[in-house]
Amino acid sequence: MSGVATREAYAKVLQEELSKNPKVVVLDADLGNATKSMSFKKVCPERYFDMGIAEQDMMGTAAGLATCGKIPIASTFAMFAAGRAFEQVRNSIAYPNLNVKIAATHAGVTVGEDGGSHQAIEDISLMRSIPNMTVINPADGKEAEEALKAAVQYYGPVYIRLGRASTPDLHNEHYQFIWGKGEVLREGKDVGIIATGIMVAKALEAAKELKKQGIEARVVNIHTIKPLDEALIIETAKLTGKIVTAEEHSVIGGLGSAVSEVICKQYPVKMAMVGVKDQFGCSGSPDDLLKKFGLTEIDIVKAVTSLC
Amino acid sequence: MDITQLKKNALNARLNIMKMLAESGSGHPGGSLSMVDILTVLYFDKMNVNVAEPKWKDRDRFVLSKGHGAPGLYAVLAEKGFFPKEELLKLRKCGAMLQGHPDMKGTPGVDMSTGSLGQGLSVANGMALAGKLDQKEYRVYTIVGDGEIQEGQIWEAAMSSAHYHLDNLTLFVDHNGLQIDGSNDEVMTVNPIPDKFRAFGWNVIEIDGHDYEQIGAAVAMAQTVKGKPTAIVAETVKGKGVSFMEHQVGWHGKAPSLEQRDKAVEELERGVEK
Repeated sequence: MSGVATREAYAKVLQEELSKNPKVVVLDADLGNATKSMSFKKVCPERYFDMGIAEQDMMGTAAGLATCGKIPIASTFAMFAAGRAFEQVRNSIAYPNLNVKIAATHAGVTVGEDGGSHQAIEDISLMRSIPNMTVINPADGKEAEEALKAAVQYYGPVYIRLGRASTPDLHNEHYQFIWGKGEVLREGKDVGIIATGIMVAKALEAAKELKKQGIEARVVNIHTIKPLDEALIIETAKLTGKIVTAEEHSVIGGLGSAVSEVICKQYPVKMAMVGVKDQFGCSGSPDDLLKKFGLTEIDIVKAVTSLC
Repeated sequence: MDITQLKKNALNARLNIMKMLAESGSGHPGGSLSMVDILTVLYFDKMNVNVAEPKWKDRDRFVLSKGHGAPGLYAVLAEKGFFPKEELLKLRKCGAMLQGHPDMKGTPGVDMSTGSLGQGLSVANGMALAGKLDQKEYRVYTIVGDGEIQEGQIWEAAMSSAHYHLDNLTLFVDHNGLQIDGSNDEVMTVNPIPDKFRAFGWNVIEIDGHDYEQIGAAVAMAQTVKGKPTAIVAETVKGKGVSFMEHQVGWHGKAPSLEQRDKAVEELERGVEK
C-alpha cells in the first residue's frame, strides 16, 4: 500500500480547495515548510500570516481573526499547538467558541529523529478535555483532505492531528468523511480493534495475521475522537465482547481512554490498549520507534491474543 | 467633547462599580476604577459602536485584555445602553449574564472573552488584521494592565502589531503601578514602559489617564499615525475616585462591604456637587 503523510494531504487541500474560500486565512509559527502551510502562501500570500516563533500569539491572533468572520487555520507542530499554546487554545479559542481550526502536524513518535522533546503523545488527551473542541485524527491522506474540508464547513474550534511520516492509503477517491462517525473497515465477530490515525492501517494488518490464527477481527477507524461515535463502539463491544484500542499517543487520555469511558459505563467488556505506555519518546527512525514503543501490528496481535 | 457629560457617565460607572461589587461580594475594584475614564472617553466620545446592533460588522472593537477589570467595562457598557443596569447587580452570581471575567458569548457589547492575562493584545491584532484584509475603516482598542505586561505573550503580540503595521490598533497601558502582590517594582519591574513599546516599533503617547482631553487627544493622534500601532501609556491611580481605595494595593481584588459601598457612594456623589 502506497501513501502520503497526512501533512502532505493538508498541503494539497490548502492549495487546491481551501484557497478558494475567501474567509480562510492560514497562520503558521515559522514552520510553514515543515507543516506544509506554506503551500497556501504560494497561492494566497495576502491571506497567509507568519507569526514568528510565537505559538501563543498565533492562537490569539487566530481567535481575533475569527471574531471578524474569518476562518483561521493555525498550524504548527502538535507539541506547540496543544502544549505550548494550550491555555490560549482553551481561553482565547474554545471558551468563546471561536471558529478556529488547529492543524497540528508532527504528532506522535513518528516525528522520529528530533526526539522526545518534539513528539507530542499527550495532545489528544489535552485537546479532548476542552469543552467545545472537536478532535480529529485522520488515518490517511484522503481522510485528512476530507476532514479538513469538513472542518472548514463546520462552525467551531477543531483540532486536526497530522503526521510527518507517510501512511498507507486506506480510502479511495470516493471516500466520504462523516463528521463524528466511525467507520467499519473490516467485519469480524471475535474482537473489535478500534484504531485511530496511523494505527488504523496497522490494525488492518493485524487483522490479517489474526485470521491466520482463526480470530476474526472487526476493525473500526475512529477519525473523530471527539465527539466520539459511542453507538458504534457499543455495537462493536456487543458484537465481539472484546475491545483493543490502538493509537500513536499515550495510553493516558487518548482514544483508549475515550473508548473505555464509553465501554465501562454502557457495556463493560474486556479491553486492552495499544499506545505509548506513560513514557517520553526518543530519537530514532519512525519504524524503529514504532517497534520500541509497541506500536506495530504485532503489538496489536499480542494485545488481542491477551484477551482471547 | 462634552466633558461635563463624560464626567457624569464616568461617575455613574464608578457608582455602579461600587454597587455591583458590594452585591457580588468579590471582584476587582482598584483596576476597574483606574481605567473608567479611558473607557468612558472611548465608548462615549470615540468609538463607533451601535447599541442596537452590538455585532455590527463595521463597529470599532474593544478587547479588555486586563479582564479582571470587568466591573468597569460592564458599568460603562450598561451606561451606554448595551444591556439593562439591573444586570449589574447580578454580577458573578450563578446563572447571571455578567461573568466574573468578560464572556463574549452572552454579554452584548463584549467583543472578546478575556480574563487570563496576556492574551488580549494578540486577539486585538487578529481583529486589526481582519480589518486590513477586508479594507474596513474600523479601529481596534485594547487595555492592558501594567502588571499584565509581565506576561510574555504581550511582547510576542507587540512584535506582531508592529510587524504587520497595525495602525488601526490602539493599546492603552493602565499604568497604576500596583498589582496583586504589591507595586510593579516590588513584584517585577516593568518600567520603562514607553521605551519598551518604542523599541518594539510602536508609536507611543504618554498621558494622564484621568484627563479626558488628554485621553481624547491621544486617541485622535493615534488615528493619524500611519504604518505603526500606537501605545498610549496612561498614568492612572488605582482605585481612582474612592478615597480609601486610591493607591491601595489591598483593593486590587477585594469587594467593598455594604458600609464601605455606602461611604464610597456618598463620597462620589459629594464630589460631583463640589
